[in-house]
Amino acid sequence: MVRMYDVLVVGGGVVGCSVARELSRFSLRTAVLEKELDVGLGTSCRNSGVLHAGFNYAPGSTRALLDVQGNRMMDDLCRDLKVKIKRIGKLTVAFDDEEVAELHRLKEQGEVNGVPGLELVGHDRMQTIQHGVEGVLALYSPSSSIISPYGLTIGLAENALANGAHFHLGQRVTSIASQERGGWAVTTASGDRFSAAVLVNAAGLFAADVCRMAGITEHEIYPCRGEYYVLDRRLDGIVKTLVYPVPKKNSPGLGIHLTPTVDGNLLVGPSAEYLDDPEDCACSRDVMKDLRREAHHLMPEIHVTDYIRSFSGIRAKQTPPSVGGNKDFVVEDRKDVKGFINLLGIESPGLTSAPAIAAMVRAMVEHHLPLAPNPTFNPVRPGSALLFSDRPAEERADLIAQNPDYGEIICRCEKITKQEIIDAVRNPLGARTMVSIKYRARASMGRCQGGFCIPRIVRILRNEFGWSTADFLKRSTSSPLFVGTVRPGGEGTER
Amino acid sequence: MNGRERIPAEHRSVVVVGGGPAGLAAAIAAKEHGCDDVLLVERDHILGGILNQCIHDGFGLHTFKEALSGPEYADRFIRKLRGLHIETAEGTIVLSLSPDRVLEVSTRGALRRIEADAVVLAMGCRERTRGAISIPGRRPSGVYTAGAAQNFMNLENIMVGRNVAILGSGDIGLIMARRMTLEGARVEAVFEILPYSSGLPRNIQQCLNDYNIPLFLNTTVTEILGAGRLEGIKVAQVGSDRAPICDTERFVPCDTLLLSVGLIPENELTREAGVAIDPVTSGAVVDDRFMTSVPGIFSCGNVLHVHDLVDWVSVEAAQAGAFAAEYAGSGRRTAERTISVVPGAGVRYTLPQALSGDQACTLSLRVQEPWRDRSVVVTDNGREVARKRMMRLHPAEMIRLDIAVEALSGCSSLEVSVG
Repeated sequence: MVRMYDVLVVGGGVVGCSVARELSRFSLRTAVLEKELDVGLGTSCRNSGVLHAGFNYAPGSTRALLDVQGNRMMDDLCRDLKVKIKRIGKLTVAFDDEEVAELHRLKEQGEVNGVPGLELVGHDRMQTIQHGVEGVLALYSPSSSIISPYGLTIGLAENALANGAHFHLGQRVTSIASQERGGWAVTTASGDRFSAAVLVNAAGLFAADVCRMAGITEHEIYPCRGEYYVLDRRLDGIVKTLVYPVPKKNSPGLGIHLTPTVDGNLLVGPSAEYLDDPEDCACSRDVMKDLRREAHHLMPEIHVTDYIRSFSGIRAKQTPPSVGGNKDFVVEDRKDVKGFINLLGIESPGLTSAPAIAAMVRAMVEHHLPLAPNPTFNPVRPGSALLFSDRPAEERADLIAQNPDYGEIICRCEKITKQEIIDAVRNPLGARTMVSIKYRARASMGRCQGGFCIPRIVRILRNEFGWSTADFLKRSTSSPLFVGTVRPGGEGTER
Repeated sequence: MNGRERIPAEHRSVVVVGGGPAGLAAAIAAKEHGCDDVLLVERDHILGGILNQCIHDGFGLHTFKEALSGPEYADRFIRKLRGLHIETAEGTIVLSLSPDRVLEVSTRGALRRIEADAVVLAMGCRERTRGAISIPGRRPSGVYTAGAAQNFMNLENIMVGRNVAILGSGDIGLIMARRMTLEGARVEAVFEILPYSSGLPRNIQQCLNDYNIPLFLNTTVTEILGAGRLEGIKVAQVGSDRAPICDTERFVPCDTLLLSVGLIPENELTREAGVAIDPVTSGAVVDDRFMTSVPGIFSCGNVLHVHDLVDWVSVEAAQAGAFAAEYAGSGRRTAERTISVVPGAGVRYTLPQALSGDQACTLSLRVQEPWRDRSVVVTDNGREVARKRMMRLHPAEMIRLDIAVEALSGCSSLEVSVG
């Protein structure tokens, strides 16, 4: 059986999900093919979670255009999708004459790009915005913000799904062929077949591979890993504004810095290291040591017990290490390969740009397919952006009285209730891994890293959802949590 | 604190936070010392705390002169508690604690606000994780803290792995080495970064030596490998600076890595209430009545400092519970702290950190490294106040030292050292 669609999006990261959600405004049959068992498990969940203002990019570039547009779209989008966003602003700090000159240039560049509210601030004003920042001059960009990157990706996907888009999880595309009568035939590793008039390549780190399957050979992706530390929420509130150094020419990233997250943690990172394997999300001893040293330098009050986790994400770079720096995003409707919309090299600021990329893709799709509005499209996703524990006490008391599962705390560090776990398990996309629950409910993301809640979540899944030991996967079919039972039988507990 | 006042407050004399061994003993003692209004709050659905998953024996050798399993040990206290008709709230968690002893408490069906005359903190501790010790490598499944693996095996009938390596020679790791072996897993080895074990000697013998499981000291895990499930680890010997020595690195294939690398007292509520924390114990600073720096808030058990034996947890918590009852019943009278206690040479920490001097007391302490045939000496401005001679002193074993009230007269600043 071939599943037939109008548009197939390859890749369920923030870009692919943005495209799917945008196209769900129209009466199109749209589907996302995602190789992992959930959306957003690649670079989309492994980054700083920063929305960039857009002054770092050359005027006239696709990145400059899409970043500024995307940033502007985020308030409405996050309100509709119930995604956490904080407009905390950013200081880019200069220490010498050369950097001061660069700041002036960045401000001008930003204004040409249409970045709102840019302001050069001296030492005193710098200190008012963020206590403790040192430097000669800083560029303050109020539209720089923080967001939950996986929250956004999941929100986009769930809203797209609610509006009729299809999501095929665990489907790795292995071949793409143009059909004689037009359009594309796509096969996945599981042998399933799909077809569509238009194919959107949003495969991130694998975008060049998807291109090659379609006969496009000029692109190359160079994976570049960035490692981070996550710090305890004890330090919440100390960093009120993003503080970055002036970007170095030809550096693959923006330098190591402290980034607050919307959930109250601090991130230290990211490093930048080119590697061969696009999935080698490891952390390395030398980089971890550098990050700790840098973190202590930036904030001496960080204690050894504040490091609760490390992780890494991988940038999809178009420039090899010998060249360094960045190249502009590829967002193109291929003239030579009909019906192939190519989204490639979407590294930073891909998160910020995603909704603007989607709008651009919509215009491209319109050249191929008639776009009639979806009469039932609803931009609003149900629920709340707030965790239950962040709601006012009175509201919580009422909800607990109505539903006792709100009164039972499962994740003690992040104060996540049983009902929030149940909601995450019953997610509309049907994602069933432990990281799917983690990214939706926030359980196990605190300082004990799941030591307390994971056994309790396992108990809920076995006793109330009928899962057996073999059903528990960390993130993929190759990462089972358990190997069986201790004694025969005894699935489920008698407590 | 939005709307906090809209939730009606209940008033209680003594609220005990935590229904593990410390909380049970504290609640019982509070009642036995005349407080009729004791509430014990436990976040799990049953009392007993971590004892419930400790199905091995060896509990209660000092208290009951017999070797009980964890659940049996807990049951002795739970029966006593029930016999005294002490009110308990299971499945109930304390969300916040203010310096004026107002607790916000969440339970199935209700959000409660409780004002207490005295609060006994007995939340226990949590395990140190991979993130906390920064082990490099990938993030496959199959990496568990030893206590989480124990919970899965003993309470959920779940086998977490077949080929096991263990990092850290803490007691839970040693117990799990034996437990997994008995259930058919192959335990490759236990690796310990320190030059000595951090578990009790009896556990080294009964859990490792008896099953021919090797213990490699001065060795740590340098990398975790595996894209899906754990495929193995790299281990290396460490130098005197505890940094890995590169050319000693070797690969150990395994599908499971258990971490038994230390316990951290669970003091988030304590900090929230403004209680001063001892940076060495990571627990509250207390006086000889187990009262913290915030009047009316007491602390005992593993949330105060990590113990080696549950028997001492019970003894200590019973004292804390009794003092909490006394405080609540006396119109909240505090004793004046006249004597400071600090660790000296060779001693990592000592507890309590302050004494009133009006009663006998027991100091709890741990030494910094193993010694043979030495004494623990307590001095007051250079004058010897107490001394305990011991054949073995080991960082894994807590030392208790009694000081009579007479010995304390005239003292102002005690130092405890290995002499």
